[in-house]
Amino acid sequence: MSARRTLLLGLGGLILAIGLTFLLDPYRNYQLALVAAYLCATAGLTVLVGLSGQLSLGHAALMAAGGYGFALTSQALTSAGVGGLPRFLAATVAAAVVAGVLGLLLGLAGARLHGPYLAGLTLTLVVAVPAVAASVGALQGDRGVQMQFEGVPGPLRALIALEQWQAWVALAVAAVAVTGLALVRDGRTGLRMRAVRDDEVAAALAGIAPARVKVLAFVVSSVTAGLGGAVLTFVTQSVSPGAYTVSLSLLLLVAVVVGGLGSLLGAALGAVLLVLLPWLVGTVTDMLPLPSQVTQRIDGTLPLLVFGLLLIVLVACAPGGLAGALTAARARRRARRRLTAPAPTTAPPSPTAPAPRESARTPTEG
Amino acid sequence: MSAALSVRELVVGYGGAPVLRGVSFDVDEGTVVALVGGNGAGKTTLLRTVSGLLTPSAGSVHLDGEDLARVGVEDRVRRGLAQVPEGRGVITELTVEENLRLGGLWRRDPADLRAALAEMYALFEPLERRRTTLGHQLSGGERQMLAIARALVARPRVLLLDEPSLGLAPLVVAQIMRVLRELCDRTGLTVLLAEQNVAGALSVADHGLVLALGEVVASRPAAELAGDEALRHAYLGF
Ligand SMILES: Nc1ncnc2c1ncn2[C@@H]1O[C@H](COP(=O)(O)OP(=O)(O)OP(=O)(O)O)[C@@H](O)[C@H]1O
Ligand SMILES: [Mg+2]
Repeated sequence: MSARRTLLLGLGGLILAIGLTFLLDPYRNYQLALVAAYLCATAGLTVLVGLSGQLSLGHAALMAAGGYGFALTSQALTSAGVGGLPRFLAATVAAAVVAGVLGLLLGLAGARLHGPYLAGLTLTLVVAVPAVAASVGALQGDRGVQMQFEGVPGPLRALIALEQWQAWVALAVAAVAVTGLALVRDGRTGLRMRAVRDDEVAAALAGIAPARVKVLAFVVSSVTAGLGGAVLTFVTQSVSPGAYTVSLSLLLLVAVVVGGLGSLLGAALGAVLLVLLPWLVGTVTDMLPLPSQVTQRIDGTLPLLVFGLLLIVLVACAPGGLAGALTAARARRRARRRLTAPAPTTAPPSPTAPAPRESARTPTEG
Repeated sequence: MSAALSVRELVVGYGGAPVLRGVSFDVDEGTVVALVGGNGAGKTTLLRTVSGLLTPSAGSVHLDGEDLARVGVEDRVRRGLAQVPEGRGVITELTVEENLRLGGLWRRDPADLRAALAEMYALFEPLERRRTTLGHQLSGGERQMLAIARALVARPRVLLLDEPSLGLAPLVVAQIMRVLRELCDRTGLTVLLAEQNVAGALSVADHGLVLALGEVVASRPAAELAGDEALRHAYLGF
């Protein structure tokens, strides 16, 4: 895809999504904002794992780094008298930088470690970050950092609810992150990443520095995860260690695999599942005549279980994930239409009936 | 004529006894040098050391007079030393076109890259029809052509080739050899060609090196080497 098309697609997607917020009630808009936050992280993760072939179990920690970076910068600016858009932008950039630096360190280690060792290192990080955050005074322990309440900015206040405004902001940041990742994927860097993933020796013989490419992939992925943490902090108006546990890391990874490794569309589907599954499970268990204690216990663990089952089913039936299954279905339908459409040479179209469009079109590469 | 590539007293091993035991030779600019020898003679080991994939325990490799001891694999490529490795020169999950673009990626100029791609499609016609085919879907011959083309896209000055004829039809081998010879004569490309196919290699080469048990046992003009029956019997088995 050309860079211009990617940019237009990103902008178009953002406008559509913002339009969608007018159709949703406040709670749904809140959920949409959460999807946008998780999308930043899953999109970065799918590029890291799918394109550069490096596994990270630490993306929750990178999100946390972004969240704390956002919250602390925002607080500092507030006490310095800065507010509004400048404060938001500066805090978001700070979130990206903090997560990016952490990602750089991980990436540097990752370039020397392989497979299970890298996974182990990232796992250590995701266990350590909440523990450290909980014990550092400036981060206010288990309670986390509370943000000052921020409403809808002035002129919009009469028009939209807070949740809709938050969804707009979240969607805008996610659009920037995903468009950026799409540009990386389609550009030289993406090509280098795929080459290194496939065969480091062959890549080096093509003049590519594998270690540098792997580190860059980690930094890019971490920056977007940090943006996700910033958005999550903005939407929930707080950041605390309990929100970024190992299980979030695992869920992010499962979401990416279920969506389809390496696919940004898949990352979006995964982020939707991440938000909707717990809610769906909660709704279903509420309808069952169960004692409230049981319901509570099920609500905590059932979404994980459903996610796990989904993963198993998909890996068995559609290794390309949801996105892969969609693409395959589309290709099948196109092939079938081409078969059933009358060939123009044997049956010339009558002047009244329009010629079947599909048969006239030459297949194009995606 | 000056030496484009110069190898001195190279000692290389895999932990045990050294596989190369003090190998020295020069490859003159614009010539094709054939490196022949039986299985396990050390041809692949030698090429991998020159390209930087293996580190020698002693000796040196110079490219245009520069010592490459501290230069990494990818930086050797950027200095004009390209290698087509034995059987794995293609990135199988990338398409033909992507493989070719990859070869020239570090040259920043996109116009130059486009010209180089067009040149490769002209040299290896079967590749043009397979532009969007993935590497692992190519036939052995197409794959070998792609591996060579990918190395050439970077416009190297010295090209190391490890058994390009392995598993290919004689016609394809002849075509590849013709392309190489033509490139050397036209652009001054220097080629070091390791081959089991001794007759084929010596027929395009200017010079021949015979490697046996980790040492260079003969270094002579290719035509002379091809005619020396005693040597052929002793080291090359035909
Ligand atoms: N990775 C390795 N580890 C240990 N020993 C190796 C390794 N690669 C090669 N060798 C040994 O080094 C010697 C030379 O091998 P090399 O591959 O260089 O020979 P070659 O001349 O390329 O042979 P062929 O014509 O069969 O490709 C052989 O005895 C081989 O067993
Ligand atoms: Mg060999």
